[in-house]
Amino acid sequence: MTDPDRIPTMAELAAAGEAPEVLFWVGCAGAFDDRARRITKAFVRILNAARVRFAVLGTEESCTGDPARRAGNEFLFQMQAQQNVAVLNGYGVKRIVTACPHCFNTLRNEYPALGGSYEVMHHTQFINALMKEGRIRVEGGSFQGKRITFHDPCYLGRGNGEYEAPREVLLKLDAALVEMKRSRAQGFCCGAGGAQMFKEAEPGAKEVNHERSEEAVATGAHIIAAGCPFCNTMLTDGVKKLQQEGKVQVLDVAELIAGAGEL
Amino acid sequence: MSIAQPVFIVLLAAGAALFGRNLMRVRRNILLGRDEDRTDRRAERWAVMARVALGQGKMVVRPVAGLLHIIVYAGFVIINIEVLEILVDGVFGTHRAFAFLGPAYDLLIGSFEVLALGVWAACAIFLVRRNLIRLRRFVMKELDGWPRTDANLILATEIALMSAFLLMNAADLALQQQQVEHYVQAGAFPVSGPLAALLGFHGLAPATLIAVERFCWWFHIVGILAFLNYLVVSKHLHILLAFPNTWYSKLEPRTRLADMPRVAGEVRSMLDPAVPPPAATAPRTVAGVEVPERFGARDVFDLSWKNLLDAYTCTECGRCTSECPANLTGKLLSPRKVMMDTRDRLEEVGRAIDAGKGVWKDDGKSLHTRISEEELWACTTCNACTQACPVNIDPVDIIMQMRRYKVMEESSTRPALTGMFNNVENNGAPWAFGPDKRMDWARG
Repeated sequence: MTDPDRIPTMAELAAAGEAPEVLFWVGCAGAFDDRARRITKAFVRILNAARVRFAVLGTEESCTGDPARRAGNEFLFQMQAQQNVAVLNGYGVKRIVTACPHCFNTLRNEYPALGGSYEVMHHTQFINALMKEGRIRVEGGSFQGKRITFHDPCYLGRGNGEYEAPREVLLKLDAALVEMKRSRAQGFCCGAGGAQMFKEAEPGAKEVNHERSEEAVATGAHIIAAGCPFCNTMLTDGVKKLQQEGKVQVLDVAELIAGAGEL
Repeated sequence: MSIAQPVFIVLLAAGAALFGRNLMRVRRNILLGRDEDRTDRRAERWAVMARVALGQGKMVVRPVAGLLHIIVYAGFVIINIEVLEILVDGVFGTHRAFAFLGPAYDLLIGSFEVLALGVWAACAIFLVRRNLIRLRRFVMKELDGWPRTDANLILATEIALMSAFLLMNAADLALQQQQVEHYVQAGAFPVSGPLAALLGFHGLAPATLIAVERFCWWFHIVGILAFLNYLVVSKHLHILLAFPNTWYSKLEPRTRLADMPRVAGEVRSMLDPAVPPPAATAPRTVAGVEVPERFGARDVFDLSWKNLLDAYTCTECGRCTSECPANLTGKLLSPRKVMMDTRDRLEEVGRAIDAGKGVWKDDGKSLHTRISEEELWACTTCNACTQACPVNIDPVDIIMQMRRYKVMEESSTRPALTGMFNNVENNGAPWAFGPDKRMDWARG
């Protein structure tokens, strides 16, 4: 799926007088980070396989403002948020799906106060719905029998109460889903939230992502499943630090589904 | 009428009046915070209070501490029915005024005794956890000094009160068995019965037993009055404030940050010249001085009253800190310390206002004197602390307001974050990639 013609933008659709089923909010990581781009492409393969009529904002998409707001810069957040709301409302967007829990949280919970109310879904929720509707089918595939552990993103789990959708999706892989010592509401942060991704960690005895990666590796899982591009980066680094990258892979839920279904 | 009755009435009135005054002082301090509306969705609020405070729903996430706490909590609530009888007896000079209830009375006294023993044992185990097993959250530096003494004092007092209650009943039972006048035959004594036998109370002279019974009775009620007034200088205020604090819980998703309507309005006006900038609001007058509207929180006046209620409700259990990823990896941040610092600063301000006869004089200090930037910038906003708190305290909200003050009022941040701000402002992304590169992923 590398054909740019297959990725419609809102502008193109609007010009043709059409509206998509859902807007795919790619997010900054999904657009610019080399690792996260692979998640974006995997999710697009799923969308195409399910024949979802989606579109992206493309060059009209801009940071939701999440990191600026968490870092205390409310002015910058408002600049981003209000401009994004204007663009989204301009296209009459109703439904949004995103593979980033931080974009998800901001779009879902913080834009309504600024006049931007949409039905916002995390991509694991969206994939779960597609599976339930029978729009995509995955039968074990290459991950059959593997041990997988899911790392709850704080902004999806504790933040928005979604613990089950990613697990329901993973169970379709016929893999053994194993839980870490701290999971769901007690899940342990990867260390990236609250704008930490964009700064050095404060002085301490250990990096948060190393602690979490140790816990994930201790489950004996072959795969650490993530649902957030930032968690993915943090855990990938952590697994490398533990010199386990040959044995343990960090993959997004979308990559697992796209990989298993050979989409 | 004996001399005991007027003495009792005076003590009771003094204890209650002092407690009322102390509570009003706490209320005044809480209302130093700015206004915030937390009265919407009432049905949900009652449900949260019923589940979290009344039902101890979040305590049992840790089964051992949760179960022990429920015993102490149930003991506290139910044994207060016994206190009601003590009040009636004290005022009217009666003895066991509720004895007319018959078998129901036996059931009441019997269950109080079992609960009292349970509370006694639970408090003893709590003391062991704090002082012998030394669980990490109970031996951290922020508890050095008064907080640790405070915790031990509370547990020791509860053990003393329960001991007095059981000893009183043991002596009473012996007096009943010796058919001493005034000691009506009433009650069931599943715990103090064996206790009386163990202590050989049956062989003691009535005068000695009466002395023991009266001493314990007075100790129990004076102890309760003293304990009531101790609450306000102690972390133990949670036994009252847990209820309003959970009622006023944040009901929005945990990771939804509070809005700043003024900033939103100013940006709206910047983006659309047709929209006038928001009108300046008159400064609030608090404790005789004007508090200007600030971006974020410099001092307790800038926090909302709910943040301050949170601070007074915190009983320093440390569940927040024991789940905080920053703290667990050796960073300076401890959400519990943020709450303790907020309360201690509020108390400091309150004392200064009292000394100034109701007027606050800036002392050059603030919340930031106690809570450092290193602590503020260590938070990942993961909300493990708000999830863990058994009474729905929100340290993240305070941390975020203090970050906002640092960034927007003092332009003080971490260097890398300045770079991120510049990138978002110039490129619409936290990295140095322009919007023209947004679709490159689809080509690569």
